[in-house]
Amino acid sequence: MAKEWEEMTPAEKRADLDSKWLSPPEAKYNSAEAEKEYKARVQRMLDAVNMKQPDRVPVVPMVGFFPAYLSGLTPYDVMYDYDKLMSSFAKFVLEYKPDGHLSVTNSPPGKAHDILDYKLYGYPGHGVAKEHSYQCIEGEYMKANEYDALIDDPTYFFLTGWLPRVMGALDGLKMLSPFTNMTEMYGGFTGAALVPFGLPPVKAALKALMDAGDEALKWIGTVAAFGGAMAAAGFPGFFGGGTKVSFDTIGDTLRGTRGIIMDMYRQPQKIMRAMEQLTPIMVKMGVASAKQNGCPIVFIPLHKGADGFLNDEQYRKFYWPALKDLMDGLIAEGCVPFPWAEGGYNSRLKVIKESPKGKVIWGFDTTDMAQAKKILGDVCCITGNMPIATLSVGTPEDVKNAVKKLIDNCAKGGGYIMMSGAVIENAPPANMKMFIDATKELGVYK
Amino acid sequence: MAKDLAKALADLKEDEAVAITKEKLDAGADPMGILNEAGKGMEVVGARFSKGEYFIPDLVYSGEILKRVNELVKPKLTAGSGKKTGGKVIIATVAGDIHDIGKDIVVFMLDVSGFEVYDMGVDVPIQKIVDKIKETGAPVVGLSGFLTLAYDSMKQTIDAIKAAGLREKTKIMIGGGQITQDIVKYTGADTYGKDAIEAVALARKFMAAK
Repeated sequence: MAKEWEEMTPAEKRADLDSKWLSPPEAKYNSAEAEKEYKARVQRMLDAVNMKQPDRVPVVPMVGFFPAYLSGLTPYDVMYDYDKLMSSFAKFVLEYKPDGHLSVTNSPPGKAHDILDYKLYGYPGHGVAKEHSYQCIEGEYMKANEYDALIDDPTYFFLTGWLPRVMGALDGLKMLSPFTNMTEMYGGFTGAALVPFGLPPVKAALKALMDAGDEALKWIGTVAAFGGAMAAAGFPGFFGGGTKVSFDTIGDTLRGTRGIIMDMYRQPQKIMRAMEQLTPIMVKMGVASAKQNGCPIVFIPLHKGADGFLNDEQYRKFYWPALKDLMDGLIAEGCVPFPWAEGGYNSRLKVIKESPKGKVIWGFDTTDMAQAKKILGDVCCITGNMPIATLSVGTPEDVKNAVKKLIDNCAKGGGYIMMSGAVIENAPPANMKMFIDATKELGVYK
Repeated sequence: MAKDLAKALADLKEDEAVAITKEKLDAGADPMGILNEAGKGMEVVGARFSKGEYFIPDLVYSGEILKRVNELVKPKLTAGSGKKTGGKVIIATVAGDIHDIGKDIVVFMLDVSGFEVYDMGVDVPIQKIVDKIKETGAPVVGLSGFLTLAYDSMKQTIDAIKAAGLREKTKIMIGGGQITQDIVKYTGADTYGKDAIEAVALARKFMAAK
């Protein structure tokens, strides 16, 4: 009998996730050919991840709403109409044939966020034009003096402090008492803890959550159907899950850029303590979805550690230990952390060389890839850097030249996956086609 | 204690900078003199940033310290003092893009460097930027954008400035995470800067060439 997850070693967990990615137990392929292609594509990506030389360089375009634009739709259209989401994203994968796709989860359920009066992002039709993608709205959603509340009980702080600020419909949650108060009937403990659930503002918040949940359930049905249909046609997904470095969780969504900068000078110890609390939570977030999806790769978009955002000392003190702990935690659960360094990461290469050998994928945006290959070539698989400016405003010829340059710089000996340096939105379809086809043509290992 | 405000600010000593300011004001020092000293400190911050000794957090933090100094000094300022003499610059995050962090740092650095800055905010419609150039006669415009959608918004904004007959007398600089020389060419801008200190240097260069 197979071992329980809890009893497995990290290597066994990894092998389990790899085998589920390579041969999804529930897969129903359209044909024997589709099954062969599915497995060849996963193997190609796994070989690269494992720093081996695949048959050719795998290509995984980091798409945002490109598939929607390709079908003449807006981000608004696909965020609110899941049939359109399904058909446009499927058309992209089936016609352009990338080695790995990124599911449809980059297009969140619009209506669920409407129900909750979501304020952390401007999104199509809500603070952003319907033709454009959603964008984060910076703010101090957690106050400078609330670190202790976050550290003492992160869940209670999220429920009663943070959520009511970023989701207007959840204002009533402010009145909740800690669930940990419900220890026992004796002394009226449970009775007192239940009182908030009788109050109209709390009831309204719970109703909003249930309504948003109904909508999210419809959306996740599309996500699952899309994954199944693509696998059936021979196309695997690339992401098992996603998570964040605790420094970015605090800097992006809780305190904001300005807030966390001030805290680094005024109350650095509070940041350190909060990160200690948040990191295990961030690990669990990534592991849960990787296990659910049967794919070990956990995407970690990196923001506030980019070149220029922190000095070397700050990076070493605040950012790297948090990222390293997160990666170690994910690896212990059989996952492959995929830190994705937005912006430049040139000054960090000498630090991230300390990443667990052969266990991670490092993705880059504008970092010098020849240097990255030189420094990380014997440490881990690298990916990314196809310039988004070239994909967006260049000619197909420009794109092909950029693909060639990347393959020349990075592909030698394996351990490279072709990927764009940033999310592809409304780029010319001819450029996307060249990006994928040129990799298939020039990336063959002889 | 006649400590050096410029040095305290340049070295990012928040408490010290605030204490010195209070002390000077209590001793009846000229408020403009205090602001000039703070300005000198900011020049050092900018120079250290250019040399790679300071980073974005240092710029932002120096801004917060300066804000506290300003708040102390402001009530003592007489009307008309502190007039900006560096020239007019319009700054906007282009239509469709709502990012403001980078743009705000540019606005701040231009402001402390003596420019009269018109900060139009984010997601600014094309026509509003054209109108602002007409209204203010600003010879320098800075367009900011973080997302790839900004490429087309920048191009359309610059096309509209051209169509309004204002391009000849307006220098246009662009900036943002995904801006390269290719995008300068694509949008028809004059140049781009990779950070706020470059924006100041470009604005100075444009003003001098006027």
